[in-house]
Amino acid sequence: MTALALQNLDGMAEMAFCGNMLVVEPSGCVIWPEQKLLVVSDLHLEKGSSFAARKGVFMPPYDTQATLEMLATRILHWQPETVISLGDSFHDEDASLRLPNSYRQNLTQLMQGREWVWICGNHDPTPPENLGGTFAQEVHIGNLHFKHEPELEFRVGEIAGHLHPCAKIRQRGKNVRRRCVAGDGNRLILPAFGAFTGGLNVKDKAYRDLFDLERLTTWMLGRDNVYRISGKQLVY
Amino acid sequence: MKHDARNFENNDIPEFSLPDSFLQWFNHKGWQPRAHQLELLARNQAGQSTLLIAPTGAGKTLAGFLPSLVALSKLPKLKPGQKKRGIHTLYISPLKALAVDIKRNLEKPIEEMGLDINVETRSGDTPASRRQRQKLNPPQILLTTPEQVALLLSNKDASTFFEDLETVIFDELHSLVTSKRGQLLSLGLARLFKLRPGLKTIGLSATVAEPDDLRRWLMKQPPLGEISLSELIELKGGAKPNITILKSKERIPWSGHLARYAINDVYQAIKEHQTSLLFVNTRAQAELIFQELWAANEDALPIALHHGSLDVSKRRRVEEAMQNNALRAIVATSTLDMGIDWGDVDLVIHVGAPKGASRLAQRIGRSNHRMDEPSRAILVPANRFEVMECQAALDANYVGAQDTPPLQRGSYDVLAQHILGLACAEPFLEDDLYEEITSAAPFADFSKEEFMRVLEFVATGGYSLRSYEQYAKIKKVEDGTWRLTHPRLAQQYRLNIGTIIEAPKLDVRLTKKRGKDANFRGGPILGRIEEYFVESLVPGDTFMFSGQILRLEGIRESACYVSKAQAETPKIPSYMGGKFPLSTFLAEGVRKMLADPDNWGRLPEQVGEWLAIQKEKSVIPQRDELLVETFPRGDRFHLVAYPFEGRLAHQTLGMLLTRRLERAHARPLGFVANDYALAIWGLKDFNRMIRNGELSLSGLFDEDMLGDDLEAWLDESLLLKRTFRNCATIAGLIEKRFPGKEKSGRQMTVSSDLIYDVLRSHEPDHILLQATRQEAAHGLLDIRRLGEMLSRTDQRIVHKDLQQISPLAVPVMLEIGKEMVIGEAQDALLEEAAMEMLEIS
Repeated sequence: MTALALQNLDGMAEMAFCGNMLVVEPSGCVIWPEQKLLVVSDLHLEKGSSFAARKGVFMPPYDTQATLEMLATRILHWQPETVISLGDSFHDEDASLRLPNSYRQNLTQLMQGREWVWICGNHDPTPPENLGGTFAQEVHIGNLHFKHEPELEFRVGEIAGHLHPCAKIRQRGKNVRRRCVAGDGNRLILPAFGAFTGGLNVKDKAYRDLFDLERLTTWMLGRDNVYRISGKQLVY
Repeated sequence: MKHDARNFENNDIPEFSLPDSFLQWFNHKGWQPRAHQLELLARNQAGQSTLLIAPTGAGKTLAGFLPSLVALSKLPKLKPGQKKRGIHTLYISPLKALAVDIKRNLEKPIEEMGLDINVETRSGDTPASRRQRQKLNPPQILLTTPEQVALLLSNKDASTFFEDLETVIFDELHSLVTSKRGQLLSLGLARLFKLRPGLKTIGLSATVAEPDDLRRWLMKQPPLGEISLSELIELKGGAKPNITILKSKERIPWSGHLARYAINDVYQAIKEHQTSLLFVNTRAQAELIFQELWAANEDALPIALHHGSLDVSKRRRVEEAMQNNALRAIVATSTLDMGIDWGDVDLVIHVGAPKGASRLAQRIGRSNHRMDEPSRAILVPANRFEVMECQAALDANYVGAQDTPPLQRGSYDVLAQHILGLACAEPFLEDDLYEEITSAAPFADFSKEEFMRVLEFVATGGYSLRSYEQYAKIKKVEDGTWRLTHPRLAQQYRLNIGTIIEAPKLDVRLTKKRGKDANFRGGPILGRIEEYFVESLVPGDTFMFSGQILRLEGIRESACYVSKAQAETPKIPSYMGGKFPLSTFLAEGVRKMLADPDNWGRLPEQVGEWLAIQKEKSVIPQRDELLVETFPRGDRFHLVAYPFEGRLAHQTLGMLLTRRLERAHARPLGFVANDYALAIWGLKDFNRMIRNGELSLSGLFDEDMLGDDLEAWLDESLLLKRTFRNCATIAGLIEKRFPGKEKSGRQMTVSSDLIYDVLRSHEPDHILLQATRQEAAHGLLDIRRLGEMLSRTDQRIVHKDLQQISPLAVPVMLEIGKEMVIGEAQDALLEEAAMEMLEIS
């Protein structure tokens, strides 16, 4: 397997993680060029329509389209052989049934010709209907482990999602809050990719037992760039 | 006793009757019924709706209720077994505290005349048991708020509940009609007219610029563009208020809004009067002035603080003390919601410039409820520009004139909420409802197509991708009526009713714990504070609240925990700028004063000197000129313009100019705006660019910026996102947040910003985005005013190329650092932080 060509790394950030070179994108995807792998987390597809179905609140029904369009540009750009969707790919268990046909086709097209792994998440504990791909609790590639919810037990090389990390800095008296990839060298948590997904500040106590806070680093997602910011520079 | 028109100057007043018992009561009190009270009675008895415009203290309230009291006194007693009568009169006021006050004032004459009339209030605070009883056994007079009217109308039994309704009284109509609350209420009135075709309305209002707007509002509007106006009774204002500008020996600051310099003079004035009301524009100002007054309070005068963010029990204590004459002064904000009698107040002090004359007149009116005695008021300008503004206001004999904004066209989000409410009450035919809603003045020019789009929005979200048909909230069934699809929706509607969208707030709780890992719980609540303000702080920051300096310790769920700080001055100046921009009228006055050096002598010496130095070092612009100064300062280059059009218009201008400067490669970094001027700074030498012809000021300030640039910017604007949040909440797309439910699983809810982004890129013409743009253009952005300014100053730009800052520029330059950070500038801050990290490691 040859590595993905690092044709253009403008705006992206390279990082060394457990002896592997990974790339963080402003979109929130993480690329593992050596493995021709793209990993993305918490798509929450059909989150908008879940409000209509459950509560009679009519969110714009375009979140799935927005999320898939963005994902498509990243996949077209990198042409990965493997895509891992790190769980909560669908907002609820019926979401894949509600998926409008045109979106289903778009998604199937994206999946074509590559290995596609749906990691199971708390929102989507069962495999999506009629979509194919592999469904798994977690997968292991090289020395890395891909799983939806980070394990409390210490494990080197885990890449997870679930928490929707975001980070806030204070600079010149102003606060800037952005989604981010968060890591401490042993573990990496990916931001939520979905168009309707919010974030949870990495300074929240939910992260306290997951990271060695002394070594916490975040890759904050700017509009066209990724900014590497130390955990010590962050505020809650 | 019968009266006729001979008693009046105006001849077309119908006959009326005032029972002897009422006359006796007036006599007993030593009063005469006033002409306007009798005329209103006559018109009501003749079935006419009427607008009564009168200054404070003219007996407006009694006038408003007199027709109902008379009518009710004449009703025969019910025989045993006879059906109880329903509500006869509905009184609606914007403030629920006002209703409580009115009830007290109304019960007195009712008791003294021995009338058998039952008056009750109903608001969001009314216990459910009483509200239930009011439905079964309604009072004859119900005092309530606009939101309660909407709630009552959404009930299945609304038509029986209002079947005996004769009169609706709208108090403070001038302040009601300018808001979305007023729009919703106008739709409620249209429904009441439908339920009770002979209904009479009475509007009570302070002086307004366009009485016909209000007269239209009070009437059922006929179809096809005809206009129907109510009757009008206009009472000219009593004694002219005695208003002065504070003369202080202290130095008047260049900028700021806190008027610290004047504290000793203000304290002296309080000492010399019995009871003073000190009005300020914002909560933060109130906090600071209160603290400074106490620092100066050698005599330990009882001085209290009152603003909307304080805990209710604290506010009630202040109100009670005020009623018992136990206070010498209250520091209060304009949002003052107090059910107290102002009769004993003999001085109003107003800190800041008289931005909106109507607000000032109202405030000064408060200082004296007796119309025939002049009220006394002192204006305290907080900075040098405000001195000019105050002087301009006095010169123009401005106070007392009103510049309430013109009546606005109804908005889509309000109509959407109303339609769902009516569907909760009963099924409707779309043609009937269209006719009904266009009988409300603000919605009179709505086309059927617009109405149908809003109807579709209510039913399924109104998206061109019709994916929610199966989940529709209302559906058209075979008989052609639209019906609610599930009773649960009615419940949901009732929880989300209303058009007042408050910024999300957090409880402020006092704690003794410190440190980032402290386990916060409990602690006394000091009040509530805007979430966005707290989010701009980090633990350890100090700020002022509830009359003390507090230190933020942490945020947990729906509360922020604070401890008492030792600091003398708070680190964060929580001042958000004047809420109310300089009015067009006053701006003209200030420009005129500035352009006329012969008249500077009337200003305080230090202000006159300041202008004289400006004249020497730079230029004094003529009335219709736009002065633009450019100069270097520090490692940056500045461009300062002086349009005098108010902060909102300047902010919009700042955004647009920054975009244009970016395109001209002038590398602008940011801008700041106040009511008078705007300053932009950047990395390239603006002076040199202008000299070299790389930058043209007339091109920069060309009116065409209100075209594509505006559209493009609008869509990314933070302001627009905030407006969208309001529209989406009113329209029912975003549920209101409730105390206790806030912040649970924050990453699981959808923020309105995300909804906005997705909607904008996928359906830019969606009805909610249209509603948002319309609202922003009228309100937040002041685009109309900006447009007028640009065309007025076209070809009249005076550029002054300076080596250093000019005196006139100092005030706005001092505000740098308080500016908002937007768009790309945010990324610049991230980059800076990332660079710092590299330097550390």
